Amino acid sequence: MTMFRMMAVLIAALAAAGPGRAEIGIQEVTSPGGITAWLVEEHDIPFTALELRFEGGTSLDLPGSRGAINLMAATLEEGAGDLDAQGFAAARDALAADFSFSSGQDTIGVSARFLTENRDTAVGLLRQALMEPRFDEDAVARVRGQILAGLAADTKDPATLAAQIFDAMAYGAHPYGSSGDGTAESVASLTRDDVIEAHRATITRDRMFVSVVGDITAAELGPLLDRLLGDLPEVGRQMPTRADWLLEGGVTVEAFDTPQSVILFGHDGIKRDDADFFAAYILNEVLGGGRFGARLMTELREKRGLTYGVSTFLAPINLGQMMMGQVATANNTVGQSIELIRAEWTRLATEGITAEELAATKTYLTGSYPLRFDGNGQIADILVGMQMDGLPIDYAVTRNAKVEAVTLADVARVAERLLQPGQLHFVVVGQPDGVVSTE
Amino acid sequence: MTGLLRGGLLATVLAMPAAAEEVTDFTLNNGLQVVVIEDHRAPVVVHMVWYKVGSADEAPGNSGVAHFLEHLMFKGTDDVASGDFSATVMAQGGSDNAFTSWDYTAYFQRVAADRLDLMMKLEADRMRDLRLTEDDVATERAVILEERSSRTDSDPGALFGEQTRAAHYLNHRYGTPIIGWRHEMEQLSRADALEFYRTYYAPNNAVLVVAGDVTPEAVKAMAQQHYGPLAPTLDLPPRLRPTEPPHMAERRLQMADARVAQPYVIRSYLAQERNSEAQDKAAALTVLAEVLGGSGTTSVMARALMFDDPKAVYASAFYNGNTLDVGSFGLTIVPVPSVSLDQAEAAMDDVIADFLTDGVDPVALERIKTQVSAAQIYGKDNVSGLAQRYGAALTTGLTVADVQAWPDALKDVTADDVMAAAREVFDRRNAVTGHLEKQGEPAL
Repeated sequence: MTMFRMMAVLIAALAAAGPGRAEIGIQEVTSPGGITAWLVEEHDIPFTALELRFEGGTSLDLPGSRGAINLMAATLEEGAGDLDAQGFAAARDALAADFSFSSGQDTIGVSARFLTENRDTAVGLLRQALMEPRFDEDAVARVRGQILAGLAADTKDPATLAAQIFDAMAYGAHPYGSSGDGTAESVASLTRDDVIEAHRATITRDRMFVSVVGDITAAELGPLLDRLLGDLPEVGRQMPTRADWLLEGGVTVEAFDTPQSVILFGHDGIKRDDADFFAAYILNEVLGGGRFGARLMTELREKRGLTYGVSTFLAPINLGQMMMGQVATANNTVGQSIELIRAEWTRLATEGITAEELAATKTYLTGSYPLRFDGNGQIADILVGMQMDGLPIDYAVTRNAKVEAVTLADVARVAERLLQPGQLHFVVVGQPDGVVSTE
Repeated sequence: MTGLLRGGLLATVLAMPAAAEEVTDFTLNNGLQVVVIEDHRAPVVVHMVWYKVGSADEAPGNSGVAHFLEHLMFKGTDDVASGDFSATVMAQGGSDNAFTSWDYTAYFQRVAADRLDLMMKLEADRMRDLRLTEDDVATERAVILEERSSRTDSDPGALFGEQTRAAHYLNHRYGTPIIGWRHEMEQLSRADALEFYRTYYAPNNAVLVVAGDVTPEAVKAMAQQHYGPLAPTLDLPPRLRPTEPPHMAERRLQMADARVAQPYVIRSYLAQERNSEAQDKAAALTVLAEVLGGSGTTSVMARALMFDDPKAVYASAFYNGNTLDVGSFGLTIVPVPSVSLDQAEAAMDDVIADFLTDGVDPVALERIKTQVSAAQIYGKDNVSGLAQRYGAALTTGLTVADVQAWPDALKDVTADDVMAAAREVFDRRNAVTGHLEKQGEPAL
């Protein structure tokens, strides 16, 4: 305990202006072995939620083995140490622990929750999955079959098709231009060695973020972190370069036999660390927040009944930035919907938002923020996301003030810069009436 | 992100209440039932009103009206203009939404705890004073038709699910889709919605659930102020819906669609639902579904069909017993590409036959019991989930006491109970079996 180098100095009390006032104490804990985690102690319920992220994700796939990292992450739970897949699952379930492993274009994620009464045993089991995965041939084959089934389903899903077409046009040969799940061909050719290599290159300490929320003290957490993560390799594969946006404005139609077209649209976006990010965030809420009252929702759904839902979102991904939106509408109203979206984009770019919209959006964003901190797993997820975004540990306290500080002039400035109606590209998957690909 | 199969297509979920949660319930003079669940960890509250009416209560020919009304409930009242309901909730930083099932329709908001009074005022206002224009109705009808296009018509699995349910229920409205049949949705009128509203949206047909950083005393005072003055529907019809006659003939369906990527077999049997003070059989069926299909690795079906002799990329069992009337128990298998649907179905039936001979593995049963206990602990972390559990129970014929007795009912299930439930439920006369295939590809 005296060896324990604890840096639990900063207690960030989340106290929001406006309705709702949540207080959570976020501590930064550094283990004896030098692993840093953000911790919220919550001793009311006898369990702990743990979130791990490894930056890089499926974008670290080597050329020719697209899908290896996804296959690896999906096979982590299929046996470790002296336990095969059956043995591992039985051991985990007997502890009533939950582990889940996921991969995305920027991260590999590990989510775990375990009871206080068997915490050490559960953490030992999770350590085995991370450190000593077996990747048995039969397990790799089984998971590969499941992934291939998913890829086959993707070819019949209009929303997935739209995303794949959009990404390929926007990012070309960069990893962002293709699905991290791989293709049927690339996945079929993956070997056990590819999986082992993917594991060694991506689950490493140099790209790791940790958050813990629940029935555990800072003093207990330090040794736990070292035991769980201390023996991981120090350094992983080099990160890819930033992704250039290659797409011009226009329309791309992919014929698909369905009564309703799915439309994905967007253009280049704004970085998370941009000084105008909060103004852009408010701008996006006004334009295409998925809620009633947002401009696109009002024009397309409330006034005209063209769709069940339309929304836009900022996607400041690690190596690029997108401003995207999506809508599904009947084939005979695709043209009308695209015109309305372009018109709203133009109106907002030239006129900005109103003082009433700014005030209402600020009230919503600041009021809803504390409500996000709901439940141990949810809080752990938010905290690990903050770390990945490079935010300070007191961000939860300062965030609402940043929202409040945004002025109409800020929004107008970012609207003119960010919203480029001429650059908007629409990918339509369906049988739209009277809408054809440009060029 | 490994596709939908690993995510758990038709995964079974053990719905476990936490016995230790602090729950208070009472009834107002006008018949409104109130349930208060205390969780003081964060200054947040979930406010839900559940109506004891769902799509299975619709009149024949009016399918979809329950869900249509749910949409129209956001259109305004004598006091609140169209769209202002959500705008007001949003201005408080809150979120709101609603959902419709066969047995219930529910509306909820999640806000800072000190905004509860305003939520009650708004929700009470629209319980009796909804105002609808013909324009509102025409536009929203277009929206629900687009919703049907998105959720159902664009998805062959959803379309097949509708066909399967329709074949499964010979008489009960559970065979009709919640969103409605398109040709009937197109005809839904303002009068249809308002008639449904006036009959069923009343304090004596509703359950108020408030969960979070509140006290029962404060909730009671607020509820009396806002909901107390509302008039009950005096001629509320009894909830007697058409019931199923004896099923004497197994039903089999085949559907092919060009958009099917992954053919599968699904089998559904009628099964005893949870009933007040008689949950033992439902508890046994819940454990049976866990034993057969709960784990994607160690369950009886996963082990036999995905590991020992890998014929499936996915195989599972599910039990839907949280219903007012008869429930269902199902099996599903998604075969690997080299196995036909007929072969897959035969393999699935072999597994069930072997299970009926071999019985329950006591170690597996013990694991499931451990998870039942743990779910009570994990469940306390999700107060919205608790609110949902009580609301759903109280609108499907159960009581607060039934919800609190459920974990023990599950823990009391023996291996013999599981096998007795299995022998009873696996009766092919009660079953519908569906094969969903790729169009244009000859069967293997």
